[in-house]
Amino acid sequence: MDAVIELDALEVRFGARVILDRLTASLTGRSIGLLGPNGAGKSTLLNTVLGFHRPFGGTLRVLGRDVRTAAREIRSLIGYMPENDSFIASMSGVRFVRLMAELAGLPRAQALERAHEAFFYVGLGEVRYRALGTYSLGMKQAAKLAQAIAHGPKLLLLDEPTNGLDPPARARMIQLIQDIRARGDLQLVVSSHLLRDVEECCDQALILKEGRLAAFCNLEEERKANRRFLELETRGGSNGDFLAALEQIGCQTAAGAQGRIKLILPEELEVRRLYEIAGRENVQIRRLSHKRDSLEDIFLKAMEAPGGRL
Amino acid sequence: MAVYKKTYRPYQGDLTPRWRRLLVIPRYAFEDLHRSRFLNIFYLASFIYPLIAALIIYAVHNASVLKLFNAEGAERLISINVVFFQSLLGWQSMLALFLASFIGPGQISPDLANNALSLYLARPFSRVEYVASKMAVLLVLLSLMTWIPGLLLFALQSYLEGGSWMFDHGRIAAGLFFGSWAWILLLALLALALSAWVKWKPVAGGLMFGVFFVGAAFGAVINNIQDTNWGHLLNVGFLVGSLWQHLFEGSQPTTNGAVFFRVPSGEQLPLPACAAMLALLALACLYMLARKIRGVDVVR
Repeated sequence: MDAVIELDALEVRFGARVILDRLTASLTGRSIGLLGPNGAGKSTLLNTVLGFHRPFGGTLRVLGRDVRTAAREIRSLIGYMPENDSFIASMSGVRFVRLMAELAGLPRAQALERAHEAFFYVGLGEVRYRALGTYSLGMKQAAKLAQAIAHGPKLLLLDEPTNGLDPPARARMIQLIQDIRARGDLQLVVSSHLLRDVEECCDQALILKEGRLAAFCNLEEERKANRRFLELETRGGSNGDFLAALEQIGCQTAAGAQGRIKLILPEELEVRRLYEIAGRENVQIRRLSHKRDSLEDIFLKAMEAPGGRL
Repeated sequence: MAVYKKTYRPYQGDLTPRWRRLLVIPRYAFEDLHRSRFLNIFYLASFIYPLIAALIIYAVHNASVLKLFNAEGAERLISINVVFFQSLLGWQSMLALFLASFIGPGQISPDLANNALSLYLARPFSRVEYVASKMAVLLVLLSLMTWIPGLLLFALQSYLEGGSWMFDHGRIAAGLFFGSWAWILLLALLALALSAWVKWKPVAGGLMFGVFFVGAAFGAVINNIQDTNWGHLLNVGFLVGSLWQHLFEGSQPTTNGAVFFRVPSGEQLPLPACAAMLALLALACLYMLARKIRGVDVVR
């Protein structure tokens, strides 16, 4: 798969301050998450992709184009949803999105049509003629998403898309992002400090810490691997016999205290078989959970790792 | 009513050429400006002087019109000459200052106040194109008030007076055109620079006047205290007037320049010094714009 974003020793400086420190990665996922605490360099990386900052060293290629030489072409392929409130308060929503679509190169009629469509798509169809300044926070976020997709970009950059949203509004935004990802027409980069957002929306995650690459994980593969990783809480019977029976059918097991068992299921084995064996061995399975090495675990390890690198 | 599908679809159609995108911002700006009743009235009123000037030119060349008003021989009192056109340019340029002070501050400051610059510049649209688009709004409106009516009146006078008058007075046309452009470019740059730095529109508008009138007053104080003429370098009206005088009459002026832009005889400054000062002001405005017009603010 072609890389969406290729970083090769990318360095960005503000004066003498190094903001991004020799980042190297090749991001190929359909939906890529940028994770990191505040000040890690997530927004700077997005702004460098947009050509707002010039790399001090190294290279950055977006959809195969170098930001140094083809910044304009790259911007023509991108839809950008910034972190902060960005709009013209006195303009109606649909007029603003139309303006932005026209600046992206759409003819007037098509820009108007797609502005309406984008507003309906993000769920603001009924308020599209209202001035943007009168929108609630959730509506403003949705309007920002509408302007980012109206011109039909190939790559969508979302900077903290759920910032300040209440739970229902956040769920709606996540649903929209998942829907866009599922369509497969465009690729996504989601920058967030919220692990849940990235976990729910992304296939890959790039974790930044103090401008350095702290970890890079393929969430899709992690999810697949985690599906076979179980933790059981058992009561009664002999745990030793139960464990032996599990190992006989190919499970890797590790016994813990108070009847807890961790195990990895072989590919072909279904969870139902565990209950059958437990019944035979007079063991009650009180709780069964997929013990995941979650993104949170990966993130925390990355943050604690010396030198900020797993 | 149109029914829109609640779905996302990629755009497959044609894109507009790059130059046409430059016209998008001016078009939206004109739609907004058109909604202001005050602006519409002011703008229409600004054409009164050129209209009267056109009537005068017409009347001077039509004895029957003068006879109608019992003013036979009035054509000898009214000369359509360099003073006539300088006065027109002076009046119209002062109105242009008022207009630029009214609409200029609203060009960039709302985009900055609403953080909209990152959205403009995240598109295939550069900083230079953004400023050029915003500037075009002012340049179109100010052109319609200054050199366009000026040259139309010059054409009318040439038509009525004959081709030889046009060739003899070609310098007037050049003065109207280049003199107006020098003024409206300076006004547009200043208005945009102040709009980029001062978010409160009335203050930015006031500062526009401040640059012209406070600068002139300060220059006059320096002249009085130091017993010199170099204080006029702070008087933008004087600087522009000097340029106009040279454009209209060359190095041997016979008049004191245009109304509101007087260059009193004996107080002239070398033209290169005036031109350099105007260029410096323009460069300062460009620098102010370059500092503010960015996709993202960098805190170093």
